[in-house]
Amino acid sequence: MTNPPLAIAGLHKSFGSQKVLSGVNLSAAAGETVVVLGRSGTGKSVLLKLIVGLHKPDAGSIRIFDQEINRLGMDAMNELRKKIGFLFQQAALYDSLTVEENVAFPLERHSRLSEAERRGKVRELLASVGMERDLAKMPSDISGGMQKRVGLARALALDPDILLFDEPTSGLDPITAAEIGQLIVKLRKERDLASIVVTHDVHGAKSFADRVVMLREGKVVIDGTFTDMEQSKDPFVVEFLKDAA
Amino acid sequence: MGLDVFRAAKNLFVTFFEWFGELGLFCARMARSAFGAPWERREFFRQMDAVGSKSFPLVALAGAATGVVLSLQTHDSLARFGAKALLPSVIVFSLLKESGPVITALIVSGRVGAGIGAELGSMRVTEQIDAMEVSAVNPYKFLASTRVLACILMLPLLTLAADASGVFMGWISTTLADPISLRLFLHDGLKDAAMSDFLAPTFKTTVFGLIIGMVACFQGMRTRGGTAGVGRSATSSVVLSSLFVIVADVVLVRFIQVFFPS
Repeated sequence: MTNPPLAIAGLHKSFGSQKVLSGVNLSAAAGETVVVLGRSGTGKSVLLKLIVGLHKPDAGSIRIFDQEINRLGMDAMNELRKKIGFLFQQAALYDSLTVEENVAFPLERHSRLSEAERRGKVRELLASVGMERDLAKMPSDISGGMQKRVGLARALALDPDILLFDEPTSGLDPITAAEIGQLIVKLRKERDLASIVVTHDVHGAKSFADRVVMLREGKVVIDGTFTDMEQSKDPFVVEFLKDAA
Repeated sequence: MGLDVFRAAKNLFVTFFEWFGELGLFCARMARSAFGAPWERREFFRQMDAVGSKSFPLVALAGAATGVVLSLQTHDSLARFGAKALLPSVIVFSLLKESGPVITALIVSGRVGAGIGAELGSMRVTEQIDAMEVSAVNPYKFLASTRVLACILMLPLLTLAADASGVFMGWISTTLADPISLRLFLHDGLKDAAMSDFLAPTFKTTVFGLIIGMVACFQGMRTRGGTAGVGRSATSSVVLSSLFVIVADVVLVRFIQVFFPS
C-alpha cells in the first residue's frame, strides 16, 4: 500500500502564549477531498500555511510525498511547492498584473513552455474555471467570485498533485459558492488530486467532502465521513451543525 | 513610576536591537537571493522606470528650485564682500557636492520609499507575498532585490538631473540680476572643480539608493495589521530612510574628504 501524498502527525503550533494546533493528525490520499471544519480562529488556515512551509511547526511531522518538510532546505521546499496548489481566502491575486499575467506567473518561472504554448495553457486553465473572456482585466475589475476562479486557475497552473483551499466559498453569494463547490468536485474527478478544503461552510462541505475533519481548540474532534459527523453525539459537533443549519 | 520608566526604556532598547537584527537577516536573505538565475529582468526594468523616469520631473524641479534659491540667497551676501564673481562657483560647487545628492535622495526617499513601503505592505496583508512563496518564487529576489538594485542605479542618474537643472536655473536667476552668458557661467563655475569634486558626491548616492530601497522593502515586507499597518509602513519607510540618508551623508562626506581629497 502506497503512502498518501500528504500525511500530518502530532502537529503543534503556538503563537506566543496562544496555542493554535495541539497534536493534529491528518492525511489526504490521491483523489480524496478532505474538508477541515471548525469555528473561526481554530487554526484551520494556519494548518494550510504549515503544509506549504509558510509557518514552521513547533512539533510534529508533515510528510509530503514521503519528504519531511521540516528538514527541507529552501530549494528542496520550492521544488515540493511546485506540486502543491493553494487557493487563498481572498484569492491573493497580484493586483499589478492582469488576469492572464496572474495565471502565467508560475508558468513563466517554472515551465519550459514557449510563449505561444504558455498563452494556450493559460487560456485553457481560465476556460476550465469559466474565466476565458476576462484575460485582460485587472483583479480589481472583477468580482470576489471571479477572483477565486482566477486564483484556482493559477493554483492549477503547474499541474499540482495536492490542492489546498482556504475558505473557498466565504464571502460569496450562495449561487457562486455552489459553482465553486462544483469546480472542486470537477477537479477531483478530472485530476485525481489530493485536496484539503478548509471551511466553516457545512452545506458546501457536504457537496464536495469525501472525509470531514473537525477541529476544536486546535484538536481533531472528529475524522470520518459527512454521515459520521451528522451522527456524532459529541456536544461540540452537534452544536456546530445546529448553528450551521 | 520609576519602574515603569525603566521597563519602557528596556522595551525600547530591545525593540531597537530587534529591528536591526531583523534588518540584518532581511539583507542576508536578499543578498543570497540576488545572485543567480532567474534574473527577473522584466520586473527590474519596471522598477527602474518606477524609480527613475517617474521621479525625474520632481527631482528636476527640486534641483531647479535649489539652484534659484542658492543664486538669490548668495548673490547679495557675495556682493557685500565684493566677491560676486564667485557666484557661479558657489552655485555649481554646492549643487554638485552636497545639495544635489542630498535633495535627490530625500525626494526619492519620500516618493519611492513611501511607494515601495505601501505597495509591499499591501501585498503582505493581502497574502500576495505568501502566494508568491507558495508558487515557489522567492519574494526577496522578485520584490526586494529588483527594487533595491533599481534604487542603487537610478539615484546617481537622478542626481545628475538635479545638478543639471539646478545649475541651469541658477544661471537663469543670476543672469536676470547680472546678465552673464551660460558659457561664461559654466566656465567660472567649473574652472576650479576637479573630477573628484563631481564623481565622489554623485556616486555616494548609490549608498543612499541602497538605504532607501532596503529600508522601504524591509518595512513593507514586515507589515502587520491591515490597512492601518500599510499606512504605518509607508510612513516609517520615509522617516527611517530619510533619517539614515542624513546620517550616512555625514559619514560619507568625511569618507570622501579623507579618500578623495579635492
